[in-house]
Amino acid sequence: MDLEKTIMSLADADGVSGDETEAAQLALSMLKEYTDDCYIKNGNVIGHFGSKGAKPHILLDAHIDRIGFAVTYITEDGFLKVSNCGGIDRRLLLAQPVTVLGREKVSGVICAIPPHLEKDESKVPEMEDICIDIGMTKAQAEKVISLGDKVTFAARCEKLLGDRLTGAALDDRCGVAAILRAVELVKGKTLHSGVTVMFSTQEEVGERGAKIGAFDIDPDVAIAVDVSFALTSDDSEVKCGKMGGGCMIGFSPVLDRELSDRMKAIAAEKNMPYQIEVMSGTTGTNADRFSVNKSGARAVTLSIPLKYMHTPVEVISLSDVENTAQLIAAYLEEAGK
Amino acid sequence: MKTELLEKLCGLNGTSGDEKSVREFILSEISDFCDCIVDPLGNIIARKKGASPAKNKVMVSAHMDEVGMIVTSVKSDGTLTVSPVGGVDPRAAIGRPVRVGDGLYGVIGAKAVHNLSDDEKKTAPKFTALYADIGAQDKAEAEKLVSLGDRVHFVSDFITFGDGFVKGKAIDDRFGCAVMIELIKSELPYDCIFTFVVQEEVGLRGSRTAAYTVDPDFAIVLEATTAADIPLASAEKRCCELGKGAVVSYMDRSTIYDRELYELSQKVSADNGIKWQTKTMVAGGNDSGAIHISRGGVRTIAISAPCRYLHSPSCVVKLSDLEDCERLAKAMLEKMCML
Repeated sequence: MDLEKTIMSLADADGVSGDETEAAQLALSMLKEYTDDCYIKNGNVIGHFGSKGAKPHILLDAHIDRIGFAVTYITEDGFLKVSNCGGIDRRLLLAQPVTVLGREKVSGVICAIPPHLEKDESKVPEMEDICIDIGMTKAQAEKVISLGDKVTFAARCEKLLGDRLTGAALDDRCGVAAILRAVELVKGKTLHSGVTVMFSTQEEVGERGAKIGAFDIDPDVAIAVDVSFALTSDDSEVKCGKMGGGCMIGFSPVLDRELSDRMKAIAAEKNMPYQIEVMSGTTGTNADRFSVNKSGARAVTLSIPLKYMHTPVEVISLSDVENTAQLIAAYLEEAGK
Repeated sequence: MKTELLEKLCGLNGTSGDEKSVREFILSEISDFCDCIVDPLGNIIARKKGASPAKNKVMVSAHMDEVGMIVTSVKSDGTLTVSPVGGVDPRAAIGRPVRVGDGLYGVIGAKAVHNLSDDEKKTAPKFTALYADIGAQDKAEAEKLVSLGDRVHFVSDFITFGDGFVKGKAIDDRFGCAVMIELIKSELPYDCIFTFVVQEEVGLRGSRTAAYTVDPDFAIVLEATTAADIPLASAEKRCCELGKGAVVSYMDRSTIYDRELYELSQKVSADNGIKWQTKTMVAGGNDSGAIHISRGGVRTIAISAPCRYLHSPSCVVKLSDLEDCERLAKAMLEKMCML
């Protein structure tokens, strides 16, 4: 597969938490290249690999949703009021282009208060002050938009210098791509364990797709592939990994120490670049749900370093996605042996 | 108004002082239809022959430049510090894609919302805290491709949406350029002069030298002006509204307009079924400020398209207003040539 193309097409697919259909269908079609045993259940994309019933049963997960908004009201003059789906940075909303996922896709712009009415450029709007201009009257708007329709940033994935990409939904579509790439890497190889892939819904609103998906899958080992903070000059070196420094292997009280150690050992044995991400409590990823699913599972988080998280211009390095895929593939090859 | 032409113009990068690609495109469009010179600042002065000589020398003007940013330093991590060029709200720069210099793709990032303190979440960063990221690994890589002083242009898709609306960057003032290109390509009754000027956004500088050179009796400035017809603004503070036609001001922060021309524009609009509105606030300014006090004075009118989110990468205008502006500009030009 062409990793760059895969990431770019996934990151350009719409699919806000609770309305992931477009991205989920695309991811399902990509997963079908590697297994016939794949489907969508309750929004989650599921695919089975390896030796069915074999132990351990490994879950590979990345979330398919992205942050956005939900329409809550249409004003008398046809503007949309919205609520957030996931962690929105309100500092960057003014005049952002958006797409409303209505009965048809509707382009719009988030309203900005002009300078003659608001001199203070440091003021950040409250979510209830935000409204979206779709260039329609209320009657026109009501024909194509229902309350509850989702709204997404209208940004496009583009290449930067070297192997870096920018886009709005790289969190966590690059994780989806890493799993697809890992599955490709083990294609034709004998796996000694059962492997289930899940591209889960509603992570950004509280890891809900992961909770219901894991219940059915009931894994022994769960690997949540997500993104984490790559260092920028305005952030802390303690909190952040390095872009281009390889997969960030999670260590946390809620993660399985042995599994984290094993990931680290594999990366070291294979001379793959990697970095350690220490979290002192829950991880904020789907691994938090997996570890306490049913009777429990051994869980780890593998993160791809990403700059400017939750902005329409997130940035990743392709090499980190590839290295993460290589690490997952190496683990799959040895698991259950 | 042909949206194809406006789309092409808005797709060009021309942050103030770096208007070359806009100028070259316009020259390629108009040079078969008029006599053009480019003055030392980079203004195009285009003399168009009409069917007959005009009684008055009328200059029609629009600016080629747009707001953006300029690279001020390269940081050790390969990111670029930037300063605004023209009136850019840092909140309309953060979290946007940009083109650096001749087209290098980049982004103005922002620290992850997860890592912001409560105070940081409530306070938008100043320009001094913003930086552009082109994906360079370090300072050395960035310095190979970027020079200090390179412009940073906004990136924004030109789209039509809703009920005849258009969104794009630099509609202020490529809309005016588009109207002038169409006028130059058409048959005009009288000789007149068109100026496509530079550096409006950094203090009405191109129009000053162009007006000096042309030495007109009358001037028409074609612009985009701020419209605040959004739910957050009360009626009297909206300045003007989309869908209500061409905006003709009696006064803004740079000019008190010629009263006779202001009144004539209302009459001409009424006679020709053109929608006409004026501003409900004394706000903003445009090249009229430099032109009307050029030399011994120039009788000036500004015809503006109402534009939401002016100076952001997402300018929004309504096509029917652009058409009203175009028709009014043509009708007023004809009248002013023979007043």
